[in-house]
Amino acid sequence: MIENLLPHVDWLIMWNKTLETIYMTLVSTFFTFVIGLALGVALFLTAPGQLWANKVFYTVTNAFVNIFRSIPFIILIILLIPITSMVLGSIRGPNAALPALVIGAAPFYARMVLIALQEIDKGVIEAAKSMGAKTKTIIFKVLLPESMPALISGITVTAIALVGYTAMAGIIGAGGLGTLAFQDGFQRNRGDVTFVSTILILIVVFAIQFIGDRLVTKADKR
Amino acid sequence: MIQLRNVNKRYDKGLNHITAVDDVSLNIAESEIFGIIGYSGAGKSTLIRLLNGLEAPTSGDISIGELEISSITGEELRRARQKVSMIFQHFNLLWSRTVKDNIAFPLEIAGVPKEERNQKVMELIQLVGLTGREDAYPSELSGGQKQRVGIARALANDPEVLLCDEATSALDPETTDAILDLLTDINERLGLTIVLITHEMHVIRKICHRVAVMEAGQVVETGNVLELFQSPQEPITKRFVSQLTEPIEAKQAIKHLKEEYPTGTLIKLIFVGERTEQPVLANLIRQFDVEVNIVQGNISHTHGGAYGTLILQLDGDAAMIQQAIQFLHDEDVQTEVIDND
Repeated sequence: MIENLLPHVDWLIMWNKTLETIYMTLVSTFFTFVIGLALGVALFLTAPGQLWANKVFYTVTNAFVNIFRSIPFIILIILLIPITSMVLGSIRGPNAALPALVIGAAPFYARMVLIALQEIDKGVIEAAKSMGAKTKTIIFKVLLPESMPALISGITVTAIALVGYTAMAGIIGAGGLGTLAFQDGFQRNRGDVTFVSTILILIVVFAIQFIGDRLVTKADKR
Repeated sequence: MIQLRNVNKRYDKGLNHITAVDDVSLNIAESEIFGIIGYSGAGKSTLIRLLNGLEAPTSGDISIGELEISSITGEELRRARQKVSMIFQHFNLLWSRTVKDNIAFPLEIAGVPKEERNQKVMELIQLVGLTGREDAYPSELSGGQKQRVGIARALANDPEVLLCDEATSALDPETTDAILDLLTDINERLGLTIVLITHEMHVIRKICHRVAVMEAGQVVETGNVLELFQSPQEPITKRFVSQLTEPIEAKQAIKHLKEEYPTGTLIKLIFVGERTEQPVLANLIRQFDVEVNIVQGNISHTHGGAYGTLILQLDGDAAMIQQAIQFLHDEDVQTEVIDND
């Protein structure tokens, strides 16, 4: 029955490509989280009037974040091709997509981290200072825990954007469901492959959203 | 204990200078509850933040005990802050931590080992009356309970000074009184010095020993609370005192009485300390042939003793009224004639 409706779908390939998409999303989300968080915290702390106020660092980092956030992802991949092939020796396969994914998403997440930190009640930071807290303590025991729900919902949104980016990276042959839908589905005119790939991407996205929402609810004690 | 000498704090905003604290000198004794009262914008928030180095003075010296707060920085200042703790108008608790963990936070900062931390936290929870609420999150607490957590947290590192930044201004009157009682209790039990800022005379009256009145960055008047109530010198102090002693209804009553009895003389009596307990009024009525109308009266209890005002209308022979007023003077009751204007 299913074979008749979807004549070109090879479920083993579908499964492997789904795993590739999940792999690219997870790894790139992890690095995006780490780099974006570090950038966001650095931006927050070096902003005027903050603990490590530093005009030069702030201006440069801020400009960097804004520029990379503004370049359309599909163009960013193409721009990064020389760098990727230099670093990884290839521009094909799931790993080749990772640098572009992280460079595209980390500035986006950094901006969300900055917004999340700016939402923290100034009084709480002042209270920590009044207790004699070091900046390190303020970062790890006040800033991060107090903005946790926003940090989690931010990374959820970013991870979902990354699923979309992996599909775009598929156009240049990164692998995953994007490549499958484009090369096998679109270019060979097999609508059923495109259709099933789309459904699988949707399932991945919904799963990420579900997990993200659960974690936010759990973290939010307000 | 705490000394401020010619302290200034100026903010430069573009071309404008804002002088938040203007040449303030104060001496605050050990174990006293010292109040600073002023309207918003008077500079009291900045002043209290100078005491724990959250703000640095533009000029002048601030010392607490042996420590020159105004000249230390870094690790030394952070250690000093553990001994000069602070509570806040909006409590400033970490919503992500339970009551227990909020109170443990300053202990973590001070590097107290876990065992000891838990024991201290339990003691503090008991001290501020929050037993049973250890594992609640701040969002599950009422305003009064949140401030109790704030107080417990401030006491965690056995401070010598407690700074209260409008600590009761976000609370309802009943909760305010309960928190003030707790502060008095802590002051008496632990002997720590409390400096509080407020815009409510009620707070000053209820718990402070001494008070400074601030206006436009300057301390315009300082003194014992009872004395200040008795004889406020500056217009702003009079305004604060009248918050408590002359409610609006009294002003209306006076106006009404003046209209109704244009012949009478309105006088205001001020009783201080033990005078409040003697039957001055009964003697007055017995000895002089005047009609006495009570317009308004109240008694305020301050740390230094009771303080009462009574507004009377005396009607009758003018000479007799004069004699009656003289009698009150002789009885050592401060008497003011309220002008018929």
